[in-house]
Amino acid sequence: MEKLSPTARRDLFGSKINRDHSPALVHGVPWLSIILASLVPMLPVIAPAPVVPPLAFMFLLAWRLLRPGLLPLWAGFPLGLVDDLLSGQPLGSSILLYSLTLIALDLFELRFPWRGFWQDWIVAAVLITLFLLFSAVFSGARLDLLHFWLLAPQLLLSLVLFPIIVGVVAILDRLRLLRVRRID
Amino acid sequence: MAPPAAQRSGTNRRAQFGVFAGYLLASAGAAIGALLLIVSLVRPEAFAGLRTMASDVTTSVGEAGAAGRVGTSNFFDAIAGYYEAGSKNAQMKEEIAIARVKLAEARALEQENEQLKAVLGLAQDERKPIAVARLIGSTSVSARRFAYLSAGRNDGVKVGMPVTSPMGLVGRVLEVGRTSSRVLLLTDSESIVPVRRATDNVVAFAEGRADGSLRLRLISLGINPLEIGDVFVTSGAGGMFRPGVAVAMVTELNDDGAIARLLSNPAATDVVLVEPVWQPEAVAMLARPLSGPTEQGIEEVAAELPDPPASPPPPPSIAPSGAAAPDE
Repeated sequence: MEKLSPTARRDLFGSKINRDHSPALVHGVPWLSIILASLVPMLPVIAPAPVVPPLAFMFLLAWRLLRPGLLPLWAGFPLGLVDDLLSGQPLGSSILLYSLTLIALDLFELRFPWRGFWQDWIVAAVLITLFLLFSAVFSGARLDLLHFWLLAPQLLLSLVLFPIIVGVVAILDRLRLLRVRRID
Repeated sequence: MAPPAAQRSGTNRRAQFGVFAGYLLASAGAAIGALLLIVSLVRPEAFAGLRTMASDVTTSVGEAGAAGRVGTSNFFDAIAGYYEAGSKNAQMKEEIAIARVKLAEARALEQENEQLKAVLGLAQDERKPIAVARLIGSTSVSARRFAYLSAGRNDGVKVGMPVTSPMGLVGRVLEVGRTSSRVLLLTDSESIVPVRRATDNVVAFAEGRADGSLRLRLISLGINPLEIGDVFVTSGAGGMFRPGVAVAMVTELNDDGAIARLLSNPAATDVVLVEPVWQPEAVAMLARPLSGPTEQGIEEVAAELPDPPASPPPPPSIAPSGAAAPDE
């Protein structure tokens, strides 16, 4: 037995013997990470124009694309509510957009079950663009052409940042699946 | 990535029902969201309680960050100071000589001012700020420009109070929570402040623009008298903002006014003052006839006022909630 490879009993997520995934981590990490991303307005940044990417929405997209079926289809309501309470948008704007996004992604997945990195990025790019546009329309601000020009830097930043967010979500996913619970 | 087996319901009735229920719940969520959105677009002040509760919960975290922001900027300033010590010293000596002269002039002016005020019989207007607080964060994702303030109802802050920094006006309080409040910054597109040129009485409205500058709209039409570099201060019209607080400096001229840069950049201010509403009676009066003055409304207001105001009435198009825009 001593000759056995020491890695045989372990893998990326910890010991395979006497340990199991924790349900709190498995289901809590995605929700918690999206809610934390909604708290971006509490960062000490007083922005003169909309510049920060919609991180909560991007985390939602990344989780949904990386782990389909992990977030329930109705998750748009509670997550959108949390985002609306702090983001400065009128209440309901994110609830509506998150819910529609989750439905759209589900239908998209029925059509394209096998996807790659580029396809995910293109889908995310389209959805982020739509999200920013509709958020601006719903924001209640008096819109002029300048507003939409100002969306461009925010949008570009969001699109470039999306693969990084996916990387962060992948790390969080590994954390989520750590075997920390002891089985007696 | 391949879909997990659970996504494909197949002929399993229970799985089919689960998928159907998921769609139903998601659609219901979207419908509720749409309803809430319509309600909050029609009545922006709805759900203020929910929002302020959320900001109360989260500000304690934000406050630590705000303190950190100030601390780090001080730290780097201190280091930078060592590198420019010599040239700065000479420059400051020169400046101090000029400043001494200016100070003497200012004392004389102050004296004269007091005398003139005594002649006019004006009481000295000693206004203490309601609260001193930090700007914690701002809605940096949304197209609206709100900031969160680390003082609330417990500190005596009320809706409509102006928020100023030593450099000038920052905005006004829009929603008040227990320990935090939400500030409508001057650069929000719904924010309108009556201003006048500091040197004379050219009056204008300062409206927020999306890119963080202000748009000055002159009230009197005609040849545009503005020049680049003109400083605008609050005029006191509307009764909300104390007159004479610096607001913006003209950077670009256009047909009916100018584009101006904000003097008190909220990003550079750490501590702000919440001041009382300048003339609450006037604000209350203006709040009423949102849809234009009616006969009955005019009578009501006239009955409430003790005597007709000496100064000409302020333009009636400034709504204190920031929800209505002047139709010009």
